[in-house]
Amino acid sequence: MSDLENFRRETRAWLEANCPPEMRRPMTSDEDTFWGGRNTKFSSEPQRVWFERMRDKGWTVPHWPKEYGGGGLDPEETKIMRQEMAALGARSPLTSFGISMLGPALLKYGTDAQKKEHLPKIAAGLIRWCQGYSEPNAGSDLASLQTRAESDGDDFIINGQKIWTSYANFADWIFCLVRTDPSAKKHDGISFILFDMASKGVSTKPILLISGRSPFCETFFDNVRVPKANLVGTVNRGWDVAKYLLQHERAMISGMGERGVGRPLGQVAADSVGTDEQGRLEDPMLRGQIATFEIDEAALACAAERAVDLAKAGQAHPAFSSAMKYYGTELNKRRYEILMSAGGVDALEWESERSKGGARPRAWLRTKANSIEGGTSEVMLGIVAKRILDLPGA
Amino acid sequence: MALVLNEEQTMLRDSARGLISDKAPVSHLRQLRDSNDATGFSRDLWKAFAEMGFCGLLVPENFGGSGLGCVEAGVVMEEIGRTLMPSPFLSTAVVAASALSRGGSAAQKSEYLPKISDGSLLAALAVDEGAKHRPLQTKMQAARSGNGFRLNGAKAFVVDGHTADLLVVAARTAGAAGEREGLTLFLVDPKSKGIETERTAMVDSHNAARVVFDNVEVNADGVLGEVDQGGALLEGVLNIARGGVASEMVGLSEEVFGRTVGYLRERKQFGKLIGEFQALQHRAAQLCIEIEITRAAVLKALQTLDGNFEKAGAAVAVAKARAGSTATLAVQEGVQMHGGMGMTDQFDIGFFMKRARVCQELFGDTNFHADQLARMKNY
Repeated sequence: MSDLENFRRETRAWLEANCPPEMRRPMTSDEDTFWGGRNTKFSSEPQRVWFERMRDKGWTVPHWPKEYGGGGLDPEETKIMRQEMAALGARSPLTSFGISMLGPALLKYGTDAQKKEHLPKIAAGLIRWCQGYSEPNAGSDLASLQTRAESDGDDFIINGQKIWTSYANFADWIFCLVRTDPSAKKHDGISFILFDMASKGVSTKPILLISGRSPFCETFFDNVRVPKANLVGTVNRGWDVAKYLLQHERAMISGMGERGVGRPLGQVAADSVGTDEQGRLEDPMLRGQIATFEIDEAALACAAERAVDLAKAGQAHPAFSSAMKYYGTELNKRRYEILMSAGGVDALEWESERSKGGARPRAWLRTKANSIEGGTSEVMLGIVAKRILDLPGA
Repeated sequence: MALVLNEEQTMLRDSARGLISDKAPVSHLRQLRDSNDATGFSRDLWKAFAEMGFCGLLVPENFGGSGLGCVEAGVVMEEIGRTLMPSPFLSTAVVAASALSRGGSAAQKSEYLPKISDGSLLAALAVDEGAKHRPLQTKMQAARSGNGFRLNGAKAFVVDGHTADLLVVAARTAGAAGEREGLTLFLVDPKSKGIETERTAMVDSHNAARVVFDNVEVNADGVLGEVDQGGALLEGVLNIARGGVASEMVGLSEEVFGRTVGYLRERKQFGKLIGEFQALQHRAAQLCIEIEITRAAVLKALQTLDGNFEKAGAAVAVAKARAGSTATLAVQEGVQMHGGMGMTDQFDIGFFMKRARVCQELFGDTNFHADQLARMKNY
């Protein structure tokens, strides 16, 4: 038996023995996601057990080096481990922007001291991070951001405002883009810096969205003092770090489209529209929409698998994450349009207990941000046109 | 298994691409069309295919082939798709070779497979009867008659049927249209008494035929596989065929897209390259993404056919459905973005549009496979 087959067998056995049954069911609400952080609490005992077992094995971040709290798995082993988790229906033990965004950037651009300080706390779910990128006047045109960081001895003094900062009100630390050279061209005066959200001068204000929820905040910096040692990469070269991190962010967001959340669409639809004597949905147009959606969903999962394999073979195009981000988010929006259509009037209830407080319509509305956050669909298509297709003037 | 071509498969692709782009560019198809060629493909090129080992890709080694898999067949199909080369490769080397090696008796294999491998035997699958691909709706009757069977009925869209030396025919020995039970595959000599073949010129200038069977006698050793139990064999062979056509459509889509992007980079209007216009850039980017995703789905289907044949149905349905819709989009955008030039016969782009339409219908279109997937998932 090859080493990899052995690894698969052991992984399957370990997951089988260690993943609590409750953690093998599809997630149904926000509480099912464990984000970690200073003020975290577990929503259930199985959630705690599952997280701690995975953390102790280094499998909250299986592909990170062991010295930073990871599992030290190579890409092949990581793929197998994820396949086995998916086969079991195991939930992610820890979800965080530290894992999916900052971690990869620190591994590439961080100093030894920064890696040692921050990565183990991300792996162990001790610190919850948020992302300070967008500003009121720097959305799709992110590089025009204006938040200032002025030198003052060994520190920077930071002033300005961020917006759409996901969960800033729950976050412990922020990775933030700031302008360190206002006289340089817009891409050349930006730096990437880390600081504690408990620092004096930081405040947040949640933004009420169309879903009636507030996953995003406005974040204000009023003379926030940050040590220069917290700067990642080279001063004024923060755009390189920002772009690298965005690739990971886009990969994470695109994953939404391929994630089979909850019950299969066909079953959900059968509940409300019924089936004929052959078991086919009574609404043939809806049935067709679901089938077409599931074809695209399955194909996207293949493309995601292939993207990883191409990267391993050194054949990946660096801009392909933009393609996946575009497709994955548009697909996720389609999923929720179908879910709403399948639910009919039942999916319109906004407050009742029977509707879990309008969980479905609120989730539907939330997905509309997917093709805006992390770079709009239009920006993604522009990147593909320019960097993959080499079209003129793009 | 990694979802990329391995080194040997990449070499195979390069050698297929070399031969096909050199000997059978789109002008080759145009020439066959314009000369009303009676064969509809080049027998010399078929010989070259045999010499390169392409004809026997799917034939087991002990019957003179190389015993490779669907991924390799797909690699060649994709290159065929790039230049729209008319070739019996699909009908003979992919479909018939699979039917014989999967369902054939020792005698049938020894008789036919070496000849497929060396390029001396052409074969065709006769399955469709109506306007749409509905294999379970097969009505053609095969009634017991003495030691064998008597076939009555009519087949349509028999790819390469006009040049075939051997027909693989799906007929009903029991059951009613719509049922899987009662289907049987037969190996029939197209020169048998009672067979009438009409070559049907198709929109894509490729080759197909209508074949009418009027009391055609087939003896018992003409049965491929088991009597009444041919449904599973047929479905398996059709899945291989679908994987092949899906690969052809990936090659076709990518070629038509490459030509279109090339045009966006050189055509000027309003004093600008039209590729500078965001309306076209975004559509080009969307198409690029569709093609890449479809390519991954098709490779997945081919790998599943090779690695887990019995479970490949869903992956094949996804691949053929996606390939059909992607190719349709690619040729439509191709013609539209080429403007008036795209409408001219002189320009090649129209050939791609015509072939894509035929490939959509071949072995089930996007709607057929979406329906199949829904059935597999019980909704």
